[in-house]
Amino acid sequence: MNGWDELDRFLSTDPRDVGCDKALDLLHVYVELVARHPDDARRRYPGIAAHLRACGPCSEDFEGLLAAVSDTI
Amino acid sequence: MAADHGLGQHQATLASADPESAEWLRTLGGAGAEREAAVERLHAILLRVAGNEVRRRAPRLRLSGPELDDVAHQAAADALLAITAKLDQFRGESRFTTWAYKFAVLEVSAKLGRHFWRDPGVPLEVEDWERLPDRFGLDPAERSEGRDLLDALHRAVDEELTERQRRIFVAIVLEGVPSDAVAVELGTNRNAIYKAMFDARRKLRDALVARGYLDIGTARRS
Repeated sequence: MNGWDELDRFLSTDPRDVGCDKALDLLHVYVELVARHPDDARRRYPGIAAHLRACGPCSEDFEGLLAAVSDTI
Repeated sequence: MAADHGLGQHQATLASADPESAEWLRTLGGAGAEREAAVERLHAILLRVAGNEVRRRAPRLRLSGPELDDVAHQAAADALLAITAKLDQFRGESRFTTWAYKFAVLEVSAKLGRHFWRDPGVPLEVEDWERLPDRFGLDPAERSEGRDLLDALHRAVDEELTERQRRIFVAIVLEGVPSDAVAVELGTNRNAIYKAMFDARRKLRDALVARGYLDIGTARRS
């Protein structure tokens, strides 16, 4: 990915994006599904998947929670 | 009555939760030594999760070892308080521990956002638009080719965004301030900052399209 692609990605918005509050509200459910069936998770929760692609802080929280549950699933 | 409804919901969740989660709910919702033991066990788990999360983020932070430990301990303590106060909000959609881990991770996030302002590391009073190419990783050749596009983006930020959107854009994109730290500074929350940036990004794309940059990659190469 070059710099222009990065700028293009930054300016892109996905209408399915549910925003931080809704994504975080279901993050524990989404994380367990991702840990077991990643494709199913993105299919069942496209709005959360879209949000995590665009929101750095929520994506960071997702990665942290995924790391925590990956030890035990 | 609200209390009865909550109790009914709690009983329903107990019935639908997996055995381990149901046991957490039963012991944490109980009393006496059994509850104290469960609280202690949960705190130890939250402290481990918060510690791991702080260490995972540490390479990108300007915090030393004792400060990291302090954040982890505070996050675990606050997560424990929140969880025990919100037991009736656990809906059994995941394992109890996954739901609990989330509190620890989000507390770490929130505390690191507040911590940013103790030592921002960058002067925030000056808008330095020369940083814009760096923020998107543009190399010198790309900067030279795309000077007009970067200028158009700067103009669109000045002309199309509201004052609040512009302030948030400058803080996050030019100055590299984390969204959670911007939320603390503006006395709002992450969702409001994200919404402002979401709307700003859409406006900026529309403006660039209207000014002839239909496709950024294509515009660069043409």
